[in-house]
Amino acid sequence: MKACVIVFPASNCDRDMKVALESSLGSSVDMVWHRETDLSDYDLVAVPGGFSYGDYLRCGAMAARSPIMSEVVKHANQGGHVLGVCNGFQVLCESGLLPGVLMRNANLKFICKDVELKVERNDTVFTNGYEAGQIITYPVAHHDGNFFADAETLKRIEGQGQVAFRYVDNPNGSADDIAGIFNEAGNVLGLMPHPERLVEMPLGGLDGKPMFDSLIKSLAA
Amino acid sequence: MKANVHVTLKNGVLDPQGKAIEHTLASLGFSGLNQARQGKFIELDLNETDADKARAQVEEMCKKLLANTVIENYTIEIEG
Repeated sequence: MKACVIVFPASNCDRDMKVALESSLGSSVDMVWHRETDLSDYDLVAVPGGFSYGDYLRCGAMAARSPIMSEVVKHANQGGHVLGVCNGFQVLCESGLLPGVLMRNANLKFICKDVELKVERNDTVFTNGYEAGQIITYPVAHHDGNFFADAETLKRIEGQGQVAFRYVDNPNGSADDIAGIFNEAGNVLGLMPHPERLVEMPLGGLDGKPMFDSLIKSLAA
Repeated sequence: MKANVHVTLKNGVLDPQGKAIEHTLASLGFSGLNQARQGKFIELDLNETDADKARAQVEEMCKKLLANTVIENYTIEIEG
């Protein structure tokens, strides 16, 4: 089982993601610069949070067209696993790997706080460390986390069980309280809240740890 | 030649920034404003000299990067 973290100019949660993955994996996780063009070594690719390319044009728009993202799309289309957090979620939506788009928060404010999430399903490699319906706490830190998709797409996402997490108390105006979604095949997950920020007690809790543990365990099996 | 691209939010897509502009204009005393919607204006300077080819090229740029067609519409204006 090999994992890597993609690094764009102005990624800023890349090292947190590396530490979180390494603590579950027990071995080293590579950092892959956005100009690189080969991901064939990896089972899991993490697209971290940050403000890639200064959020120019639209959040994630530039990063989604960078050389490495063609490889991330290829990796996902071949069944490889991809986890996108915060800006990583925005990048995955912009790249077309996930449906919808993340818009400016409805209250226009940057929101930085812990939020409660409901785990929608636990029959996936990303979430099998939780109970279905379990309420967990992850931190959010974003200005553009307001998930939007047209009515038809939303119906499809809901109908196919692609919702991974929902906000208990919707902070940003997201449609259907959606905090994270899977792609149709279930090998790509994007979410706005940060599991990698709650994997050690000194950071305030361990609610993020089961995601990395279950992911690593499932993919190593 | 030059191309001017306007990118605007589709109808029905919430535009919180437009709303904030609307409220601030109202608080400055501008009355009779029904709605403000915020968009983007992008100027492109192209080597292409054929207007149709330039338009086709910019159309591709819009689809691939300049607009996210999930939420945005775009219009292209080509200037000789």
